Amino acid sequence: MNHWIIAPVILPALLAPVIGFVMRRDIVLARTASLFGSVAVLAIAIGLFIVAGGETQVYYLGNWPAPFGIVLVLDRLSALLVLVAALLALIVLVHAVATGWDNRGRHFHALFQFQMMGIVGAFLTGDIFNLFVFFEILLIASYGLMIHSGGRERMRAGLQYVVINLAGSTLFLFALGVLYATTGTLNIADLAVRLQEIPADEAALVRVAAMLLMIVFALKAALFPVQFWLPGTYANAPAPVAALFAIMTKVGAYAILRVHTLVFGPGIEATEGLAGDWLFPGAIVTIAIGAFGVLGARRLMPLIAFSVVGSMGTLMVAVSAFSPVGTTAALYYLVHSTFAAAALFLLADLVTRARGADALATRPATVQNGLFAALFFAAAIGMAGMPPLSGFLGKLLVLDALRDPATITWAWGAVLIGSLLTIVGFARAGSTLFWKSTAVGADAAATGDTGQAHAPTRGTEVAPTMAALGVLAVITVLAGPLTDYLDGTTGQLFNREGYVTSVLGTGSEGEE
Amino acid sequence: MEIVVASSVGALTAAGVYLILRMRAFASILGLALLTYAVNVFLFASGRLAINLPPILQPYGDASYTDPLPQALVLTAIVISFGMTAVLVMVALGAYLESDDDRLDMDGTDQGLDHDGEGKAP
Repeated sequence: MNHWIIAPVILPALLAPVIGFVMRRDIVLARTASLFGSVAVLAIAIGLFIVAGGETQVYYLGNWPAPFGIVLVLDRLSALLVLVAALLALIVLVHAVATGWDNRGRHFHALFQFQMMGIVGAFLTGDIFNLFVFFEILLIASYGLMIHSGGRERMRAGLQYVVINLAGSTLFLFALGVLYATTGTLNIADLAVRLQEIPADEAALVRVAAMLLMIVFALKAALFPVQFWLPGTYANAPAPVAALFAIMTKVGAYAILRVHTLVFGPGIEATEGLAGDWLFPGAIVTIAIGAFGVLGARRLMPLIAFSVVGSMGTLMVAVSAFSPVGTTAALYYLVHSTFAAAALFLLADLVTRARGADALATRPATVQNGLFAALFFAAAIGMAGMPPLSGFLGKLLVLDALRDPATITWAWGAVLIGSLLTIVGFARAGSTLFWKSTAVGADAAATGDTGQAHAPTRGTEVAPTMAALGVLAVITVLAGPLTDYLDGTTGQLFNREGYVTSVLGTGSEGEE
Repeated sequence: MEIVVASSVGALTAAGVYLILRMRAFASILGLALLTYAVNVFLFASGRLAINLPPILQPYGDASYTDPLPQALVLTAIVISFGMTAVLVMVALGAYLESDDDRLDMDGTDQGLDHDGEGKAP
């Protein structure tokens, strides 16, 4: 048994209370410990990513055999997402430390580590009740991060966010109750086995459970009709936290991929075609909402939040095909959209601070207008899906995967028109913020009114944004090897027998 | 027995959903509490209803037993929902004290926001 599998969950879990209780009065110590933790988790994640290239590996907690004990499962999919989460966390943490966001309220680093524990755990677990527990851990930490540093609008948005997610958690428990009552198990591999045996005419309750779980995961993934919480939450959260939340919507997408492929997926008679039929129209509407939101936003943060909604729609359109090609495209787009959204949120933080407000209105140009404009341009074409960055390749893969004649009109139409509207929205925002502002600045300088001067942004503050954009560049250059790896990932995900044998066929594996 | 459990879960859920839809902080807290009660009772029932039976296998004789797993699940769910309710109360209190208003829906989210998240008064 490879004990490193549980390390990225244990390390933040042990570090967070130490930071919270021992280092709460010493911000330097807390920063050091938190950065150390994030670097260590990233190192472990890289190690796991390399190890996971081969067989699916299973960690039996307390060495209890599955399905009686809880298992953690490391396959290519979970390893990839743990790596993405760890890398994103380090980038966001450096930004939060460099800009001093972590010092504007209390317990930022402790909550941050708990959040990492929940996210990584949700990716690794092989037990669906355990998935619920990790969801709750990441949520309770996100409640604290969401209202970090307070403020009227932020507290109210935070309250909304807490209420909607608590309702979602209750729904999750109802779904698990139904699932347990019909199958008698909550281990994902065991569920996959049991559901194969349920005939289609006795599957009413299982179908209810599948749809309830779908709603819960769609709520996390911000999919229509439960996407309404996202713009308010992300737009009012502290910008580094919003950047970290870019991975949280992906936790919902991951859960749909995992559960509705492995447990309720293709070839299961009881729930055949159920998930895709509902996911597809929901995703199409989500793209439309995202695109119109981007066009209509009057502030920078909601603009980016709506572009995240749109990107989740594109991602879920690819997932809704539940085909290996579609899933490969979805995974590539998932990695891309996580870092694109993070780069935009981090940049929005710098721009907002330099300008004093994030309203999309012309104001005197800031000191480093050119730098911000270039970064915004790069991040926006990444998010909108224009060449040369990875968004273009991701959307190309998504379009290529959706060639089913029955759905091609809607899918291609939504993705292409959605992209066009997003480009228009970003172009308008960019020209208002950075281009027209230079004209205003010139006028103001002529009359001697230079507006409010702000200290130039330091290199360490811009570095995380550049790092996020750098990741986009890297996955563009390495698109070939990455899609090869994702092909293998998808093959593993759709190989139900292989997963079940790895988890349940214990043999002497647990004796090491 | 079944009808009592089923109707109590239904009544608690209906009341909980109604209270959440009132869109007021205090009503939502009560509504979510009722929802968690409903889901706890529901989880108990997911292991089949059995009265006066131990939750362990009897090695001596073939005495029946009740499923122990839902009880463990309910225990976890109670602990989590208790913690969540506490967090919710604190957040609701903070939001109420900041804005002097306990409505859940937000108006004016599109207003200008300065860097510290302090909304400008509409």
